[in-house]
Amino acid sequence: MSIEDSDIKKIAHLARISIAEEDIPGYATELTNIMAWVEQMNAVDTDHIEPMAHPLHAVQRLRDDVVSEPDLREAAQAIAPETEAGLYLVPKVIE
Amino acid sequence: MHNKSLAELANGLQAREFSSEELTSSLLDRLEEKNSELNAFVTITREEALTQARAADEKIASGDAGPLTGVPIAQKDIFCTKGVKTSCGSKMLDKFISPYDAHVVENCNDAGLVMLGKTNMDEFAMGSSNETSYYGTVKNPWNLDCVPGGSSGGSAAAVAARLVPAATGTDTGGSIRQPASLCGITGIKPTYGRVSRYGMIAFASSLDQGGVFTQNAEDAALMLGVMAGFDTRDSTSLDRPVPNYAATLNDSMAGLKIGLPKEYFSDGLEAGTAAVVQAAIKEYEKLGAEVVEISLPNSALAIPTYYVIAPAECSSNLSRFDGVRYGYRSDNVTDLESLYVNSRSEGFGAEVKRRIMIGTYALSAGYYDAYYIKAQKMRRLISDDFEQAFKKVDVIMGPTAPSPAFKIGAKTDDPVSMYLSDLYTGAVNLAGLPGMSIPAGFDNGLPVGLQLIGNYFDEARLLNVAHQFQQATDFHKKSPSAYA
Repeated sequence: MSIEDSDIKKIAHLARISIAEEDIPGYATELTNIMAWVEQMNAVDTDHIEPMAHPLHAVQRLRDDVVSEPDLREAAQAIAPETEAGLYLVPKVIE
Repeated sequence: MHNKSLAELANGLQAREFSSEELTSSLLDRLEEKNSELNAFVTITREEALTQARAADEKIASGDAGPLTGVPIAQKDIFCTKGVKTSCGSKMLDKFISPYDAHVVENCNDAGLVMLGKTNMDEFAMGSSNETSYYGTVKNPWNLDCVPGGSSGGSAAAVAARLVPAATGTDTGGSIRQPASLCGITGIKPTYGRVSRYGMIAFASSLDQGGVFTQNAEDAALMLGVMAGFDTRDSTSLDRPVPNYAATLNDSMAGLKIGLPKEYFSDGLEAGTAAVVQAAIKEYEKLGAEVVEISLPNSALAIPTYYVIAPAECSSNLSRFDGVRYGYRSDNVTDLESLYVNSRSEGFGAEVKRRIMIGTYALSAGYYDAYYIKAQKMRRLISDDFEQAFKKVDVIMGPTAPSPAFKIGAKTDDPVSMYLSDLYTGAVNLAGLPGMSIPAGFDNGLPVGLQLIGNYFDEARLLNVAHQFQQATDFHKKSPSAYA
């Protein structure tokens, strides 16, 4: 199936990536080609096959609900672009 | 000194033939000189390495050393290193200094290994040629006009050029085995979950697995013994004991059943590569192994399946890069939305954006069932094919990559042709099985790898099978003449 320019704009928005207007048709062609190649999968009947999310039939391991991590707030915030008083700063959200 | 294997260097250190500081200093001098042409390292940690080496020498002197104490290695720049830049090959993390070490790095440090630096890689491990790195393409030491493979191309080139005896890697669809093949060295990707993903920057979490590059299988056994192990901080870490991989290296090949998937020797495989692989399999027959043809009927669909699952997981994993908590933040920001969009658009390279777009599309409303669920169903069929095969054989063999190293730039304009570099490796990640690539010969002067695929948790057998081939052949001892 063909991916249109409007689809590219919608996907780019969902992914929070900007694509220059002049690059959109190229993206549409490329993604159309890649998805057409991916659709080779449709040659196989998988109606009664259980989807496999994970190798080794793994299930999520649970641990006791106790504090297990050291406090790394200072170290973590030291590498942040902008912080103040222990908080991460972003542009004003609420006017 | 640079031509010695990891085991030989470890023995030399234990016997006090040279100190870790002498060895480290000598390898660093050579590395700094050769890296300018290979671009295998993003960061060289001379001072930290010499400090680690001196500490190792003290341990050796006081009789407090482990078997690998003082041996220099390199870490792929995907593993977080406390206090040393971890870029993951991306502008997004060009200034990122992790506040903690990855589990693999902790284990290597605990073993007394000396880190010489961090190796170049495709951006966020997305690539098969190392051409997507923000820091430029790595050169293949066998031919500087060729790619080293990817994504762990810096690690592979570093070991091939004998800059280090071992370097870590990660493998999501072939990113250890394919560069090992293209660079003529030994590489192992263990069973999914064998090596902790803690501190290993995520690409596709149900496929990502850490492993290692070395000159030979014996060294890989020693390194894997250090790197592997249960870690509660990785929710899919395997809670199983780590065997002594070196203990079974000398087991006999007599009676070993080798399966050759007929699908791995058909369309897409270059004739020169096929000839080398066939000759390697003959060598195993001489060693007493029995070869049977098997079928992996869905293998041709493994890469299309992979290119739904891996981008889907990548689009989810990489949503964490938002310019707020760490990593690149755009200067061109007017509101929160533009902070996200511009930081991501300026921080990610073209291939990463392409995969985020594919993944976002495959997961979006209306397409989720047709692509993502369909791919997960294909994943089960591909996995079941292996399960059937391992009822009949002990190990599966075939080519690692469809061809030897290709020229830099040859596939950059054609994503699908690049994706097909993982034709024989991607299925192994979908199933979660262990795989290796070992040097099997040459085609027009470029190395060709033999792929070994094992059943779950069968790393010891793979290493044994690889070691026995290396006892009978000397392809693994060949190094590029410019780096001999």
